[in-house]
Order: sequence, then structure tokens, then C-alpha cells
Amino acid sequence: MAKKPIGPVRRDYAPWDDPASVPFIEFRNVTKRFGDFTAVNNLSLKIYEREFFALLGGSGCGKTTMMRMLAGFETPTEGEILLDGQSLSGVPPYRRPVNMMFQSYALFPHMNVEANIAFGLKQDDMPKAEIADRVAEMLRLTKLESFAKRKPHQLSGGQRQRVALARSLAKRPKVLLLDEPLGALDRKLREETQFELMNLQEDLKMTFLIVTHDQEEAMTVADRIAVMDAGEIVQVATPGEIYEAPNSKFVADFIGDVNLIEAKVEETSETGTRLQAVHGNYVIDSAQSVSASKGETVWYAIRPEKVRMELGEPSGGDLNSAGAIVWDIAYLGDMSIFHSRIGEASLRSTVANVTRTVERPISWDDKVVLSWDRDAGVILTE
Amino acid sequence: MASETSSSAPKRSLGGWALIAVPYFWLFLFFLVPFFIVFKISLSQIAVAIPPYFPAFDLGQGLQVLFADLKELSLENYIFLTEDDLYWRSYVSSVTIAAISTFITLLVGYPLAYGMARSPKEWRPTLLMLVILPFWTSFLIRVYAWIGILKNEGLLNQLLLTLGLIDQPLTILNTNIAVYIGIVYSYLPFLVLPLYASLEKLDGTLLEAAEDLGCPPWKAFWKITLPLSIPGIIAGCFLVFIPAVGEFVIPDLLGGSNTLMIGKTLWVEFFNNRDWPVSSAVAVILLLILVIPIVLFQNQQQKMAEREG
Amino acid sequence: MTRGPSWFNVTSLVLGFSFLYLPILLLVVFSFNESRLVTVWGGFSTKWYAELLRNEQLLDAFWVTIRVAFFSATVATVLGTMAALVLVRSGRFVGRSLFSGMVFAPLVMPEVILGLSLLLLFVAMDQARGFWTVMLAHTTFAMCYVAVVVQSRLVGFDKSIEEAAEDLGCPPVRTFFQITLPIIFPGVIAGWMLAFTLSLDDLVIASFTTGPGATTLPMKIYSQVRLGVTPEINAVCTILVGFVTIGVIAASLATKRQQVKRERDERAAIAGG
Repeated sequence: MAKKPIGPVRRDYAPWDDPASVPFIEFRNVTKRFGDFTAVNNLSLKIYEREFFALLGGSGCGKTTMMRMLAGFETPTEGEILLDGQSLSGVPPYRRPVNMMFQSYALFPHMNVEANIAFGLKQDDMPKAEIADRVAEMLRLTKLESFAKRKPHQLSGGQRQRVALARSLAKRPKVLLLDEPLGALDRKLREETQFELMNLQEDLKMTFLIVTHDQEEAMTVADRIAVMDAGEIVQVATPGEIYEAPNSKFVADFIGDVNLIEAKVEETSETGTRLQAVHGNYVIDSAQSVSASKGETVWYAIRPEKVRMELGEPSGGDLNSAGAIVWDIAYLGDMSIFHSRIGEASLRSTVANVTRTVERPISWDDKVVLSWDRDAGVILTE
Repeated sequence: MASETSSSAPKRSLGGWALIAVPYFWLFLFFLVPFFIVFKISLSQIAVAIPPYFPAFDLGQGLQVLFADLKELSLENYIFLTEDDLYWRSYVSSVTIAAISTFITLLVGYPLAYGMARSPKEWRPTLLMLVILPFWTSFLIRVYAWIGILKNEGLLNQLLLTLGLIDQPLTILNTNIAVYIGIVYSYLPFLVLPLYASLEKLDGTLLEAAEDLGCPPWKAFWKITLPLSIPGIIAGCFLVFIPAVGEFVIPDLLGGSNTLMIGKTLWVEFFNNRDWPVSSAVAVILLLILVIPIVLFQNQQQKMAEREG
Repeated sequence: MTRGPSWFNVTSLVLGFSFLYLPILLLVVFSFNESRLVTVWGGFSTKWYAELLRNEQLLDAFWVTIRVAFFSATVATVLGTMAALVLVRSGRFVGRSLFSGMVFAPLVMPEVILGLSLLLLFVAMDQARGFWTVMLAHTTFAMCYVAVVVQSRLVGFDKSIEEAAEDLGCPPVRTFFQITLPIIFPGVIAGWMLAFTLSLDDLVIASFTTGPGATTLPMKIYSQVRLGVTPEINAVCTILVGFVTIGVIAASLATKRQQVKRERDERAAIAGG
């Protein structure tokens, strides 16, 4: 497939596409077992300097274990981890140049905000004046100046989160690890904080590694995302690629909403592939060429917002066009989700409610035509 | 993500080993080793000497003497325990008294724990402290307080005589009844605390659901509350029964000359008869009797911890 | 379970707590009795307390007991805290179940057995019995209670707080003293208090392991109680009960006040945040 940029490109920064660039963090064939349970299975991963990298996956997928191995709280059963070219094996957590922001924030309850932020600096025997300067800088950066003398229990959830962030940033670590950093915040505050994190990372020019189960959060903040499942990485790519070009049914299904259409390969060439849908009588024409033989069952993944819907019946013979009957409608305000039946199968499509009133509203049991562009979806063989 | 955060056996530093070694060594020396010594002496014979048993095992005299001494060990004391019916009657009577007292404690403690668990939320910490407070006050003093109440010219008899309920003072002190009262009184907090904990955890909506489904309150108690509080009942009963079997102070101060309890028998054997080997044998048998409930209790605690954890 | 108190519950609470407190209350009341007959009220008097101050044997015993309790509670707190850390933090090691067995068994072991076995150990070690042997014996059984108290505090401890300290460059031993110990300190203090009162209270183990010149107060009380109830003993008991009651109530009030302040701060933080 021609390398056409997918999704918004954040900046002139894509070291992962450059074979000459040297990774900053490298997991080399890392395996971690807890008794009989394999949390991380023979996993290799490269993260680059100044990258905002997200580990995304459901609970128990091994993402937290990855982060804890990097911080030094767990030792890999096999394989090794390198940071800036140095192996980390045998280095205890308190000698690693990485700092972590904990999910529970883990603020020291018996110390005030200032003392919490200064704690890491004191461990390095930094001169007192310098500590004071750095603490003041951190307080300013996280807008906590007026709370310096408060104890953690005298702060709101959002303030605690900022103290935790300030504390982990104070030592200017080579890598900042964020373990579900925004999980305890309410939705509005979370969205605000996501943008603050991104700006902070850009200003400080640091490498951030975030662990999250929230795909929206990962998509918002990260340069690249690694989707994990059962101790393995399923796909590593930019948010745009993950969404628009998932490499498997798992990723397509995990990120966002998707229609997975079961289809059989009819013909395949260098310029595209034709598929016959298993349910309903229509032909899918895709610009993607796949290495699959005729008659093989594949899945065509298409996002609901890329499916157009019009009242009427198909003229017959059109490609990427199927007749359907509206089965269910969910009105969400900003958009509506339509479930339409094509024979046994069902297809979702979304319509953005761009006007307040609609001249010819589509209703239950209406006959509609669903259609899409040649490059709207991807063919998945696994 | 509990499975991800729980760490496997960590690599231990020197400090980590020292942390284990110090309390381990202390308990080994002052708790475990003494039991082996008790066992060894229980196989020895009484002697008019210091220490008052034979053989005394002196490693300084060389291995040959040690082996010669080993041959002197015998089960004679245990045989003696079976021959004199004082001992086995003491064991049986200890277990019986402990069991009866445990049952009475449960009858007294259940309504108390239940009342606490169903009291308004803001009372509960205070009530809890009121139950714990006697636990902090001296055991000896609490037992002693009952002497003044229970004796023939004591406060209880005075009260009953004044009320005209009895003509003659009741003889309670120096009987088994006084021992029951003493055990129930002293060990009540041990039963109430775990029982209260399990009753307090009980989800009130369960009872509402039962009543909603047509179950009257008294029946809901039998069908819902009681079965769900069984772990608390078991834990509480063990905590009363086990120490009560070996109790010394209560039978000694409140019981009479015919109150037989093994703790008292051991004490008399040791301090009055100065027969160390026989008292050691008594202790070994007592330990064997108690091992069963102790192991059962530990298993139950572990099961409960696992279910919650 | 939040319904109004029914008559049944109130009755069982009143009866239950009367049963628990009436005997002690009577004992305290009759310590102020003018008459030597402890069970017949002869008017108010504090003369038995004055008498106590002249009883040198009793004062000696009291002094011995306080010293034993102080030293054994302090050593037991150190050892018990270590044991609790081992139980909660050390993961698996050879002999772990033996270790936890040794920590929990003394809690339910009859005192006569503990006392006898420790005495026989001291005899076997050829150790002269007295103050130090009683102290060692009390340390051993009190440390197990401390371990249980501290353990319950450690179980509710968010381990990531320690990890955060290490992550910020603090080595493990320093982390323990700077982070863990201050946070579990209330539990450690409670453990010390418990160990102190247990030692203050113990008759059986002290009787076995003591020697000449180290008679503790409970032993003194016991030998007098066997001869009969006297107002003097009532007075001693009242002092001891008052001592402990004030200590426990003060401690729990302090905890309560801290809790109230904390809750108020938290509400303010949410409202202002």
C-alpha cells in the first residue's frame, strides 16, 4: 500500500520510520512469569527519545507489568531492557533514571506538597537552595503555588494528581512513566489534563510512557500506541494507523466502533481486491491488495461513520452498495447510530446531526441504501 | 490487576534476610526450643537435686555420658498420668468446663454483638471501645472483682436476700458455677469482637430482600443473619475455648477444691509437689489436646482470609 | 444494618454492658469504703489509698512491674514490628509457615505452658532467674500481639507509596524509616501499649519465670487475694484500672480527634478544589 499519511500528523517527528535512528528504550525478548501465569510473553519493543508512547490494553494484558519492569519493581524472567544504550538488569528502582506517576498517586500522607515534591531531590543530596528553586518551578508548572504547605488529604483529586505529576517530574527523569494517570479524575478534568500532559511533554522535551486502558486517552496523547493482549503486542502504530488501518480483528474491535463484514475473496490484483459478502447480495471493491486465494473467507472492517445511508433501493450491480432495512436507531444528540439489517447480518452507520431539523428523516423499517468509498475499510485476514 | 502487581519471591538483600532472621531466631529460641525441653524433661525422672530431674544432660561431660543419659529417658511419667485418675479427670473436666463456658459465652455474646451491629452507625465506635476496654484491664483484677460479688456474704447474696428472693445465702463461690461465670466474663470480648465484625459486614439489603420476598423478621434472622454470621461464631468460640481449657487463675480463685482443671493441676504439680517431669508430661498432653482446635482455628482463619482477599 | 434500635437490641446492649462493667464498678466503689469488710458499706474514705503508700512491699512490686513492662514492651515492639513486616512483606521463604505458626500460636497457648516451657529453658541455660528472665518471657509473648496489631496496619498500607519513594531514589532501608514507619506509627504505638498492659497484667508467666527479688505486682496481688478480699487490694486494683482506662480513652480520643479533623479537611478540599 502506498505510504499515504493516515490521521493527523502531529509534527515533523517519526523516528520509528527511520531505520538509522537509535531507540531510547528497548525491550529485548522480555518475558515475565508469575508462577504459572505468563504476564508478558517474549516481547520486543523500541521507544524513541522525546516520544509520547502509550501501552494500551484491557486489564491483565501485561501493560502494567511492562511499566513496572522498566521502573525496576519487577525483574524480567527472560530478556533484558535497555535505557539509553545501557542494560537495566540488576539496577534497583532507586538507581534508575526513570520516575513514575502512580495510579493511586502514592503521595506521602505525612508530608506536605512541598516536601513530597522535594523528596526525590533530597535523595540526590542536591543543595538546599537548588531544591527550593526546583520545587518552586514545579509548583508553578503545575499551578500548585498556593497549596505548597497543604497535606495530601487537604487536596482535591485533581490537585493530588498534579502533585504526583510534579513530584515525578522534579528529578527531570530520562523517562516519565504514567500508570493510568487520569483514571481517578472525572471526565471533564481528564480531558483538560490530557492536553496539559501533551503540552508539558512538548515543553520539557522528555520521553513519556503511559499505561492506560482508555483508548480515547491513548489516541489523544500518544505519538504511538502499542495495543496489548494476553502478554503480547498486537500492533504498534500511530493513533491514525491504529484506527484506520488495524492489522487484526482484535485491534479493529478494541479501538472504536467497527463493522466486521464476513466476505469471500472473489478476485485479487495489485490494484485492489473484490469480495462477495456472505450475508446479503453485494460486492465489496477495495483498493487494498491482499495475499489471499479466491474463495477464502476474510473480514472487511469498516467504521460506521464511513458508511453513507440514503433512502431508497439499490439499483443493482453497483459496487460497495447494499440494500438494507432500518432496524434500530439510537439518537445521541451530536449524531445518530443506525442499525440496518442486510439479510441475517446487521450494519451500523452513523449520521452526524449537522442540522437541527431534517427534511426527510429516516425512520424504523425504512428501506435504505448503504454505500461507501473504495478505500473506506480494510481487509483483515486474522 | 492483582495478578500483575503481586510480586513473586523477591531477591532479598542482606537487610531483608536480617529482618527475617532476628524475630525468627528469637521465637525459635524462646518459643520452639522450650517445647522440646519440656518434652525431654517429661521423659525424665524426678530427683532431689538442682535441677530437680534426672538425667540433667550436661554436654560438658562428653558424648558417652550423653548416650548413657539418653537410655535413662522413659515414658514412665506418661504411664503414671494414665494410672492416677486425677489427671485424666482433670483433662476431661477442663474440656467440659471450657465447652460449657464457651456455649454460655455465645448465648450472652450473640445478643450483645447483634445489638452493637444494629445500633446507629455513630454509636458503634463507642460501643466497640466499651467492649475492648475490659480487655485492656487486668485479667486478675476482673476475676478478683467477682469474689466480692459471689461469696456467701457477697453483694449478690445481699441483694437477693434484700429483695426477698432467697432466705439462705446461695453458695456460688468455690463451685463450678463461679468458674463458668468467671470464664464467660473474662472471655466475652474475645467472642463479641469477631462476631460483631461478621455481623456488621452483613449487607442490610439482604434482610430487606428476604422481607420483601415474604419472610418475617424472626425467620429472616434464622435463614439469613445466623448462617452468614457462622464464621464469626466459629472464630469467637475458638478464641474462648482454646485458652479456657488451660485456664489457671479462674479455677484457682473462683473454683472450689473439687473444681478440676488441668492448668491448676499443672500449677500444683509444679509449685507444690515440685515434680517437674510430671508437670512437663501434663503440659505435653495438654498441648496435644489443644493442637487439634488450634489447627482447625488457623485453617478457618486462613480460609476466611482467602475468601476476602 | 441501619435501622432504629429496637427494644430487644437496647435491652441486650444494656444487659451486656452492665455485665461487663458492674463488677469493676463495684470494686472501685468499695475501694473507697471506710469499713474493712469489703462488702458492707461503712461510709466514704480514702484511707486505704493512704495505707498503700506506706506498704513498701507493694510499692516495690509496682516498681518492678513497671520496669519489666517498659523494657519488655519496647523490645517486643521492635521485634513484633519486624515480625509483622516479615509476614506481610517478605513473600515466600524457607520455613515461612513455621514462622507464622510461631507468631500466632502464643496468642492462644495456655499461659501455664508458656511459663513452664520458658522456665525450663532458663534452667537448661543455667540462667539465674529474676528481673531479666521475666522480661525476656514477657517480650516473647507480647511480641506476637504487637505483630498482629502492626500487621493489620500494614495490610491496609498502599504499597505503591513505598515504591514511589524507591522510584524517587530512596534505598529500601531509608524508605522504611522515612516513609513506612511514620505511616504505620499509630499501629506501632498501639502495639507498644498492648504489650505494656499485657506485661503489667501477667501473673502466670511471671510466677514461673521469676526469681528472688523480682516479685511483680500481679504476683503480690495474687498472694494476698488468696488470703481473702481486702479493701487495700481494691484500692490497688482501682489505681491500675484507672491508669489503663485513662490511657486507652485518651488514646482513642486523640485518634478520634485526628479523624474528625481529617474528614473536615477532606470535605474542605473537595468543596474548594
